[in-house]
Amino acid sequence: MTDAELMTGLADIVNEITGIPTADVTPDVRFSDDLDVDSLSMVEIALAAEEKFGVRIPDSELVKLKTPGDAVAFIKKAGIPA
Amino acid sequence: MTERTVAGAHTGRVFITGLGAVTPVGDDVATTWAALLAGTSGVGLLTDDKFADLPVRLAAQVITDPAERLDRVEARTLDRGQRLALLAAREAWADAGTPDVDPLRIAVVVGSGIGGAVTLLDQWDVLREHGARRVSPYVVPMLMPNGPAATVALELSARAQVRAPVSACASGADAIALAVDLLRQGLADVVVAGGAEACIHPLPLAGFAQMRALSTRHDDPEAASRPFDAGRDGFVMGEGAGLLVLETEEHARGRGARCYAELAGAGVTADAHHMTAPEPTGAGAAHAMRLALTAAGADVDQVGYVNGHATSTPVGDIAEAQAIRSVLGSRTGDVPVSATKSMTGHLLGAAGAVEAIVTALSVHAGRVHPTRNYDKPDEAIDLDVVPEGERAVAIEVALTNSFGFGGHNVSLAIRSCQ
Repeated sequence: MTDAELMTGLADIVNEITGIPTADVTPDVRFSDDLDVDSLSMVEIALAAEEKFGVRIPDSELVKLKTPGDAVAFIKKAGIPA
Repeated sequence: MTERTVAGAHTGRVFITGLGAVTPVGDDVATTWAALLAGTSGVGLLTDDKFADLPVRLAAQVITDPAERLDRVEARTLDRGQRLALLAAREAWADAGTPDVDPLRIAVVVGSGIGGAVTLLDQWDVLREHGARRVSPYVVPMLMPNGPAATVALELSARAQVRAPVSACASGADAIALAVDLLRQGLADVVVAGGAEACIHPLPLAGFAQMRALSTRHDDPEAASRPFDAGRDGFVMGEGAGLLVLETEEHARGRGARCYAELAGAGVTADAHHMTAPEPTGAGAAHAMRLALTAAGADVDQVGYVNGHATSTPVGDIAEAQAIRSVLGSRTGDVPVSATKSMTGHLLGAAGAVEAIVTALSVHAGRVHPTRNYDKPDEAIDLDVVPEGERAVAIEVALTNSFGFGGHNVSLAIRSCQ
């Protein structure tokens, strides 16, 4: 799965949970400061991403994912089959 | 930051200036009121498979799924009862003219009998089937019984207070009684008060059924809720929300608000008799009714209508009838009584609030709704129960009663604005 495909998939999840338009979910925006995603919604986004991409996002990693770009990089590293 | 403004405590009048409701007979106040006057039942059979093995499969559900009336993202983190409260709050606030009020002078008091029971039970299923990591992070705010109150306070930016009385089936009326106290203590100028409940799920149904509290008239659901009728065999679980905008007279007049009726007084007592059985003489209930009249500065001769708690249980209706007769005395035969639950079923923590709305409209319009299914009078009741067909009555003061498991009695006195 390419970075672009991962980003599209992540944007769909963010939109589903928060209503934020997918076009606004770009690699460098900050979930909290720019998109106003609260901590409970972040937990839901992480759960949905785990299910969609078949990865595990531990809480210790989740707090480091400040942007969609961080999330895509983590998911890729965590082992998405190419 | 706005400085807190403290008005002096006042003992003045409290006006009802806005109404909002979602009930099994209407998605808003206007349709609910029209349906009640027409004698329409909201009771039906629960056909979903999950109810198939229950001894009772009757309920009064709201007409439109509240999730369909809200934005998808907004709805997904709210329990069904919170969604109903939010819809009723928006209607009530708009109905009051969307007043411009200092947030520090707006309070919210919304009760619920059980809270987010359906969320709790559904998420327990998720936990058992998929593990803790799949449990929603919203499960706690969705199940807490102050959830509907908090939802409304967030919606209206109400910063004076947010309170959530929990007193079973008296919660909605209890919330209104507390709201009157807040206004009279000068702690707010406007209070949005009422109740919300949505717990139609196999477990609460099974629990009430095990108490033998529910009607089992499955062959004729619309006839199942029959308060005061000789053939009554229990109540029907319902769901819904009712919210009222209450204001001090000064505040309401100051902004030229419409007054539906005056919330003139509240009487709150406790039976301390049994956890679930009503005190058989109705003494505690009668005491609440008298306290409400006293608080309203009204005399029993002024009472022109009683909206009964009247759930359709065999013993509860008799105890209430005794209470009403003991308060009205020789006027018993002259005062019409009707039972909203004959059509809406029992909205539990929302019942007292929806019935306060109905009573305010009765006072305002001079019309009282019928008691559906009141076919064969029960000699032990002996009240002027309004049967099929609405009745025109000029009402100076009306009482609406609410009682709850735990021995809670709340009676509200509602007076014409004139």
